Amino acid sequence: MADMTDLGLLEARHRLAARELSAKELTEAHLAAMIEARPLNAFITETPELALAAAEASDARLARGEGGLLEGLPIAIKDLFCTKGVQTTAGSRILEGFVPPYESTVTQRLWAEGAVPLGKTNLDEFAMGSSNVTSHFGPVRSPWTRASDNADLVPGGSSGGSAAAVAARIALAATGTDTGGSIRQPAAFCGITGIKPTYGRCSRFGVVAFASSLDQPGAFGRSVEDSALLLQAMAGYDPNDSTSADLAVPDWTASLKGKVKGLRIGVPKEYRVDAMPAEIEKLWQQGADWLRAEGAEIVEIALPHTKYALPTYYIIAPAEASSNLARYDGMRYGLRVEGETLADMYKKTRAAGFGTEVKRRVMIGTYVLSAGYYDAYYLKAQKVRRRIVEDFEQAFGKVDAILTPTAPSAAFRAGEKMDDPVAMYLNDVFTVPSSLAGLPAISVPAGLSAEGLPLGLQVIGKAWDEQTVLDVGLAIERAAAFAVMPYGLG
Amino acid sequence: MTYTIDGNTGTWEIVCGLEVHAQVTANAKLFSGAAAAFGAAPNSQVSPVDAGMPGMLPVLNGYCVEQAVRTGLGLEAHINRLSIFERKNYFYPDLPNGYQISQYEHPIVGRGQLLIDMPDGHTRAIGITRLHLEMDAGKSMHDQRDGETLIDLNRSGVALMEIVSEPDIRTPEEAVLYLRKLRSILRYLGTCDGNMEEGSLRCDANVSVRRVGDETLGTRCEVKNVNSMRFVARAIEHEAKRQVELLEGGGKVVQETRLFDAVKGETRSMRGKEEANDYRYFPDPDLLPLVLPADFVDRLKATLPELPDIKKARFMAEYRLPAYDAGVLVAERATADYFEAVAQGRDGKQAANWIINELFGLLAKAGKGIDASPISTGHLGKLLDLLGTDAISGRIAKDVFAIMFETGDDPLAIVEAKGLKQVTDTAAIEAIVDEVIAGNPGQVETYLKNPKVIGWFTGQVMKASGGKANPQAVGEILRAKLPPVE
Repeated sequence: MADMTDLGLLEARHRLAARELSAKELTEAHLAAMIEARPLNAFITETPELALAAAEASDARLARGEGGLLEGLPIAIKDLFCTKGVQTTAGSRILEGFVPPYESTVTQRLWAEGAVPLGKTNLDEFAMGSSNVTSHFGPVRSPWTRASDNADLVPGGSSGGSAAAVAARIALAATGTDTGGSIRQPAAFCGITGIKPTYGRCSRFGVVAFASSLDQPGAFGRSVEDSALLLQAMAGYDPNDSTSADLAVPDWTASLKGKVKGLRIGVPKEYRVDAMPAEIEKLWQQGADWLRAEGAEIVEIALPHTKYALPTYYIIAPAEASSNLARYDGMRYGLRVEGETLADMYKKTRAAGFGTEVKRRVMIGTYVLSAGYYDAYYLKAQKVRRRIVEDFEQAFGKVDAILTPTAPSAAFRAGEKMDDPVAMYLNDVFTVPSSLAGLPAISVPAGLSAEGLPLGLQVIGKAWDEQTVLDVGLAIERAAAFAVMPYGLG
Repeated sequence: MTYTIDGNTGTWEIVCGLEVHAQVTANAKLFSGAAAAFGAAPNSQVSPVDAGMPGMLPVLNGYCVEQAVRTGLGLEAHINRLSIFERKNYFYPDLPNGYQISQYEHPIVGRGQLLIDMPDGHTRAIGITRLHLEMDAGKSMHDQRDGETLIDLNRSGVALMEIVSEPDIRTPEEAVLYLRKLRSILRYLGTCDGNMEEGSLRCDANVSVRRVGDETLGTRCEVKNVNSMRFVARAIEHEAKRQVELLEGGGKVVQETRLFDAVKGETRSMRGKEEANDYRYFPDPDLLPLVLPADFVDRLKATLPELPDIKKARFMAEYRLPAYDAGVLVAERATADYFEAVAQGRDGKQAANWIINELFGLLAKAGKGIDASPISTGHLGKLLDLLGTDAISGRIAKDVFAIMFETGDDPLAIVEAKGLKQVTDTAAIEAIVDEVIAGNPGQVETYLKNPKVIGWFTGQVMKASGGKANPQAVGEILRAKLPPVE
């Protein structure tokens, strides 16, 4: 069983196609792993019946020599994607028990390609968080522990359940969403690969909205190739999402060679932030050396507005969230707490339905959009965002991709940084700028911290150039040869 | 047309601007594919987008954009090639998303104007400030169940055009003329059916008063719920009088939203400025800025129908109609078309008279529109031809007209079946004239003293002929046969 769950997505695909393995066997192995790993709390909703039914259908198709890109492959879905007939919570009490009568475009595409749905993974409430501790359904535990102790660590967030599930060999791959780093940071913390494509590459239709101008679905895998394959199945134009791009999806997997010879890789000097641990700095240097050894040219670049990215993000994202979350009013679906008056009902419903972090962001967002503050905050932030986009445009005039660390630290303990939201927000310092610019970025596991925890390197690419991001990522993956299993699994 | 309010301390004038919400004629809503028809069962035309379900996204309906641009062109307005949809945030149960998608700083249509036709035949321009597209909210029903409010989301997401006028309106009557003209243009364009009872056209009035001669604007109140032509004038009148009384009593007008109570004929405060929502407008990140292609506006311009003002001018020139007649005939496109079909190659003024004075009356009595007129344009034309060739007299024509309206029959058939053809045979008329003169010597005496009595003779001859004699011929023969007047 164990080796079946340790297969790569691509490898499992080959074995299924060769009929060396049935989708049913593969699915049963993963369902068993899911039950065994329940202490991680990676799933909010498990869908074993759906998984087995899908696996049987896949086996029938495979037997006929048919099958889609992901035929018979068990994957997990972040519980932010609406799934028809299956509870979708966004990690919030306010949506507990909500069963959508529609399917998100991304999951629709996955099922059409034959993917097997294991269940809906845990996440920070409404994808707001970097540690997966704000979920109403309890925190997710990372499958990793420090070498020195067995204390629970966070898997990162917000897509912590998906990252943990892939790292813990519960799912071959998983979907995530990334608003300011919610795929890349948990990928780094869990020692797996996570890619956020260009904003507009994947449809947001049916994805519970956090910050619409930043939210973007993406993929987790245990390798760059696996992530590329899953993303390929997820991506594509959707007329139901006005911000999705009407562009053909390239066959990334087929083109993926990992060649970086002749590429110019930028290293932004502004990313050497204060108090960054030496081991992160060292890993970053190591990554640059690996790429240079493969024939890439390393170029120091300037992204001068980087230091404004975090405050800009923490104005724009909450502003959009405050409006996006207004629909959770207890009127039509989800939680309702009765009140004396209409206003009382609103207040009681939202007070009981939302957690602290969500409330904090709704408050911040409401504030920055208020009359008298709009110009000083929201409008200013939009202008700075434009500057950040221009920083990248200028940089990409000189380089083909940018290399940075994914996060300023390895995974931390559950409970750490909880009382200091700003310290928590700092976790996103390297991932937020590319989110603001809508650029594709990948996190690839590249080494271990002194405490034995995975560390990731991030590759940021030009808009719509996921191919270069994947190729540079693959080069790092090969050089790093990261093959450590999470300790917490034993 | 001057209209002032005489207060105790002086004379006041009204300054008024109208905000009209016109429902866009379209099969689908502004941001979802759901149907937008009126009168469907509650909550039967609601897509997950309209219900504000999680993860749902708006997709702009291109046809509604075309309709807004056509309307803008009809109002001689500037079309903004770039416009932006923003979110207007507020909580209400019939607003599923917690925000309305509207246009705020960058509307699709900018400044334009609308000409109102004054009763004296002149026109006056009322400025249009802007027109923007927005989605409607659902409907809250507070009176269906005790202590509960029911929500119907059929209207949620339906496309509206908010058309805002400049504060150029000075009298309640002008407000009505503005609304009528706007409705007429919208109906010509086919961009809004203008049905006020069904709520396709809703009106809010911004009213303030100032002393005649003052240049500065007074504090205004927004009067909501003036949803019929009749109420518009009354609401403005009442609100202006209230403000004058308040100001003359030493009070101040507070900027607020007031509701017009049609039953009591008064306005009352809904919410003050301090209770006004902070709508926290910001560009909707789910929708890209709307950029119209270069040829978009020209392409639509080429498809515009002849609009009432131009048609009116043409009717005046081509058919020699007075301004009033032309204005009445062009108000509805169907009426204008009807008129043209009848007037083609005939006396335009005569055609206008028959339509305005005769047909409108009968249609109104029967509760029918011109589209359902029992008298076809062809039949009315034939009737006019019968008159023109003196085949029937004007009096007979009216009788025939009434029969045509009843039966829908061809006037020729009616005239022939009933033997109503006018008698122009002089000999036949002479015989009757002789008979009448011989039989009324007393009247002849009177005639000699008062020549106007010839009218009495004409009447007698007509009566004797069963109305069929040609009145002109009768007059001539009478004058020849009656003794000459000194």
